[in-house]
Amino acid sequence: MNMLLALSAVSKTFDNGVQAIARLDLAVAAGEFVSLVGPSGCGKSTALRIIAGLAAPSSGTVAFPDGRPGIGFVFQEPTLMPWAGALANARLALDLKGVPRAEADERAMRALRRAGLKGFEKAYPRELSGGMKMRVSVARAIAAGPRLLLMDEPFAALDELSRQALNDDLLALAREDNMTVIFVTHSVFESAYLSSRVLVMTPRPGRVAAEIKLSPPPLRDVSYRLTQAFADGARKVQAALKDATEAAA
Amino acid sequence: MTRYTVPVALGIAAIALWQWAVSHYDVPVFVLPSPAAIRPAFVENFSSLMESLWVTLRITWLAFGLAVVGGLALAVAFSQSRTAEMALYPYAVVLQVTPVLAIAPLILIWTGYEHVERAAVIIALIVAFFPVLSNATLGLRSVDPGLLDLFRLYGASRWQVLWRLQLPGALPHIMAGMKISGGLALIGAVVAEFVAGSGAATGLAWRITEAGNRLEIPKMFAALGLLAAVGVANFYALTFLEWLVLHRWHESAREREG
Repeated sequence: MNMLLALSAVSKTFDNGVQAIARLDLAVAAGEFVSLVGPSGCGKSTALRIIAGLAAPSSGTVAFPDGRPGIGFVFQEPTLMPWAGALANARLALDLKGVPRAEADERAMRALRRAGLKGFEKAYPRELSGGMKMRVSVARAIAAGPRLLLMDEPFAALDELSRQALNDDLLALAREDNMTVIFVTHSVFESAYLSSRVLVMTPRPGRVAAEIKLSPPPLRDVSYRLTQAFADGARKVQAALKDATEAAA
Repeated sequence: MTRYTVPVALGIAAIALWQWAVSHYDVPVFVLPSPAAIRPAFVENFSSLMESLWVTLRITWLAFGLAVVGGLALAVAFSQSRTAEMALYPYAVVLQVTPVLAIAPLILIWTGYEHVERAAVIIALIVAFFPVLSNATLGLRSVDPGLLDLFRLYGASRWQVLWRLQLPGALPHIMAGMKISGGLALIGAVVAEFVAGSGAATGLAWRITEAGNRLEIPKMFAALGLLAAVGVANFYALTFLEWLVLHRWHESAREREG
């Protein structure tokens, strides 16, 4: 498979002296769904920001062997523009790139529909529930057709059922668009359900402590959550997480 | 409904009490005229009062408009250049904290007593300018950092950040500043007329001074009432504008549910 992204020996020390990540190596192939799991403050978010180019590494390199792909980013908060409707929010990347309005509208409309928000194009963020706001955020991230989707604990604030629904929708979107996803989460179950590979990180400064390869069926739904394969995956991630935090303590 | 009926009922009750107290205690008209005595003073001087009202309004609105445009322009300049802000902000504060009454005579001298209106606009502008500037500056700076990250991720230009992110985000602050400035512009206009004293001043403040000098107390009250009405009308006009701009999306304009 083609290598999409390679981080080698990336470290990040903030101005206040806190070292968020230390010599992080990470290679991601095109089409992978990689989860980063770890305790709070292990630099997972910082790693995503560095990959997105929003923060510069203190040392080490970030390389995109096939050129920098289009990137979509979903934050922990929906982070919508409160003064704009769902459609205008979803259109953001296209508007900023200067895509003509008619085409941008069409593409944003399609993104909203695919994110499960058909009929809510005109709704303002404050009129939407937490789960729907997050769906707008997902629609905004996919509207411009990115090849790489970065997600920073996107569903952490949602109730379990909304979260599971969004997990399934996200998998469908990633599969249909052949997107590579790097997904940061606290949740062992979420990582075990979504990923083809889980990277468990140590507490600050963050490094990769363990790598767990999973092979979930490409099409899965809630019944997969009841299988032994899912339980085994979750157990492996949990065990690796336990080792990583205990080793640091 | 009670939002309107309660204050209106209170106002009517207060006016009735005033009327009753003046006649019951036999208060002389040159101390406190009764509402019934103010009404004819208003009717008799209607045309001169309206003329003066127009003068005061013109000064207030012109000063307010200049304050909004100037305050916004300077706030945008501050948001684009930290140096501009560091260099100019202290002087804006100096202008704000120096009592306008102390500067007013100077401004009158500079514009000349034959251009009282010009001086009044400048004085009202000085008073009204700062709230727009400081609120807009604060608003332009209070950008959601997550949204700013997204704009950067998508390669937004400075102009796009300003126009699509900072300005719409600052609207609640800008509207708040405009509401304060609207009231201050009227105060500034009145202060300017008082300082100008006689001469070419013909606004409502001058009507009050003139009527006071002649002990025409009911006429003073009539002019005073008009001034208050203008202030209230300006305030509610701006509140309505704020509602128009913000009600679709901002929490401050949300109707309380339940």
